[in-house]
Amino acid sequence: MQKLISWIDERLPIVRAFEDHMSKYYAPKNLNVWYFFGSLSFLVLANQLLTGIWLTMSYNPSAEGAFASVEYIMRDVEYGWLLRYLHSTGASAFFVVVYLHMFRGLMYGSYKKPRELIWIFGMTIYLALMAEAFMGYLLPWGQMSYWGAQVIVNLFGAIPYIGEDLALWIRGDYLISGITLNRFFALHVVALPIVILALVVLHILALHTVGSNNPDGIEIKKNKDENGIPKDGIPFHPFYTVHDLVGVVVFLFVFCGIVFFFPEMGGYFLEKPNFEPANPLKTPDHIAPVWYFTPFYAILRAVPDAFLGVVAMGAAIAVLFVLPWLDRSPVKSMRYKGMYSKIALALFVVAFCILGYLGVVIATPERTMWARILTGVYFLYFILMPWYTSVEKTKPVPERVTG
Amino acid sequence: MKKLLIAVICSVLSFGAVAAGGPAAPMDHIKTDIYDQESLQNGLSLFANYCFGCHSMKYARYERAANDLGIPNDIFEENILVGDTKIGQLMEISMAEDQAKVWFGNPPPDLTLSARLRGPDWIYNYLRGFYVDAKRPYGVNNVIFKDVGMPHVLAGLQGVCAVEPELGVEPVVDPLSGNIVKSSGCSEYATEGTLSPAEYDEAIYDLVNFLEYVGEPSRIQSEALGRNVLIFLLFLLVFVYFLNKEYWRDIH
Repeated sequence: MQKLISWIDERLPIVRAFEDHMSKYYAPKNLNVWYFFGSLSFLVLANQLLTGIWLTMSYNPSAEGAFASVEYIMRDVEYGWLLRYLHSTGASAFFVVVYLHMFRGLMYGSYKKPRELIWIFGMTIYLALMAEAFMGYLLPWGQMSYWGAQVIVNLFGAIPYIGEDLALWIRGDYLISGITLNRFFALHVVALPIVILALVVLHILALHTVGSNNPDGIEIKKNKDENGIPKDGIPFHPFYTVHDLVGVVVFLFVFCGIVFFFPEMGGYFLEKPNFEPANPLKTPDHIAPVWYFTPFYAILRAVPDAFLGVVAMGAAIAVLFVLPWLDRSPVKSMRYKGMYSKIALALFVVAFCILGYLGVVIATPERTMWARILTGVYFLYFILMPWYTSVEKTKPVPERVTG
Repeated sequence: MKKLLIAVICSVLSFGAVAAGGPAAPMDHIKTDIYDQESLQNGLSLFANYCFGCHSMKYARYERAANDLGIPNDIFEENILVGDTKIGQLMEISMAEDQAKVWFGNPPPDLTLSARLRGPDWIYNYLRGFYVDAKRPYGVNNVIFKDVGMPHVLAGLQGVCAVEPELGVEPVVDPLSGNIVKSSGCSEYATEGTLSPAEYDEAIYDLVNFLEYVGEPSRIQSEALGRNVLIFLLFLLVFVYFLNKEYWRDIH
């Protein structure tokens, strides 16, 4: 075995790669529960790729056959129901862990210098993931798949001058049709997974170059011992591999509980109208996107003008990209930031969650008013950030991590 | 940080409670039991005799239903299959869609996934919701599905209600006699059926139970496997917990 490894290592630096990224990658020893969600995102990504490959073997990407082929997978393919539920639950789980992972970043300032690129790669993954989820959602060809796609693609039509042509170009037809389904299938199973995997590699390479942040927001590389090893660092492998394993098993327990017992999750993970095949002649009374898009959908609906609504929705995502340059605080972690930052983050999280709720339900005048207020809160979190992070009084940051 | 988290959770929960609305039409609620084979078998028999003429179940196979419901294949072939239909086939019907459209206004929908689409409560109430309405082409209307195109196929069993049945009503018991003076369902029949109201409700329950099973035949398999998976993960959790603890013992 040792001989084989050294034979390969002379030709490909696998030993060095393992050391650089695992056994001699020093991570802060004080990482807490919030740091599980990075590795869990990776786990869910692997789940989506593997179950996706097997689903593709029995899925039929045509308007005539898609719906029936999903039911064929559910009924006639051995363990097809399990593959399908792992994939559909995995899609929601992906957004759960990614949202928590992003919240961790906001809380501990993981986007701040020198980690701006990690944050930007991460945001790009999030964007690609949204496209991936949106296109995958059309594939079962249910009523809500179809009309959800119709609504979202029509949003592009709101752009002046080029909008209509752009929507037409995306659909490949005058309405969502089998042609759209075919191209979404190609993008969902080939193009976007490649993009996401490449971005994940960049995200991790950038992370391993500057090193992980931690709940104290201290750079552990500033305090090294005589061997050049950070005093507050421990090798990722084996310490964080066994540590993450605990998180993985706890996550899998919850995940499998849903997969095996509540795969529809009360209509949030699998929406009821999708148990009826797509019908282009019958518009459902109430069209709502899947839960992970609803905060942005609520922002879209909150703006009275269609085009400005699309702009607001785009801006809600785009503003996250420039976050590293909005935060002027001398400290990274919420532990040492002042009261303003804490209140701002709390309001932001509340606004995001309630917007998510408002995006699910039918709009009433009262709810629209709330959506407008909360859209304001959402944007003020970013717009006011340069101000409140620079005027507030921060606490002194300790020299070494506090555990 | 903890206080912040609690504040976030509280505000989200309270908002949800204020905004929750009530359902449109009152309905009776049932709890389906896909482990009750006798009920499922009765439901299959009702489905085959009353529904299957017009409603297909084109994503489900006969054989799967026979096996899951504990019906030996030869008995199933003798009693359920028509003509030279093979037990491995999908449960399709021979009614042409364009003709069905002329007869009913809309072709009768496929029922494989009806319980997942509408929910068992909806079907249970719908099938108990027919009443006489001379203005409709088939002489009946429905309280759950206004102006439905479907005739009351089960009239022979239930009879036909003369007035709009009241569904989702809590039974009212006369405190002196102990008799039920008002209950959910039809209060006055125009024609009588062969079943009593209680027997009819029971039959509809069985039918809905069967539809619930057909909607997701993997449910039984899923729950059995799921239990084992969760037990395995619990054992694994103990193992990885102590493994982690052992590794981290000397890190402070």
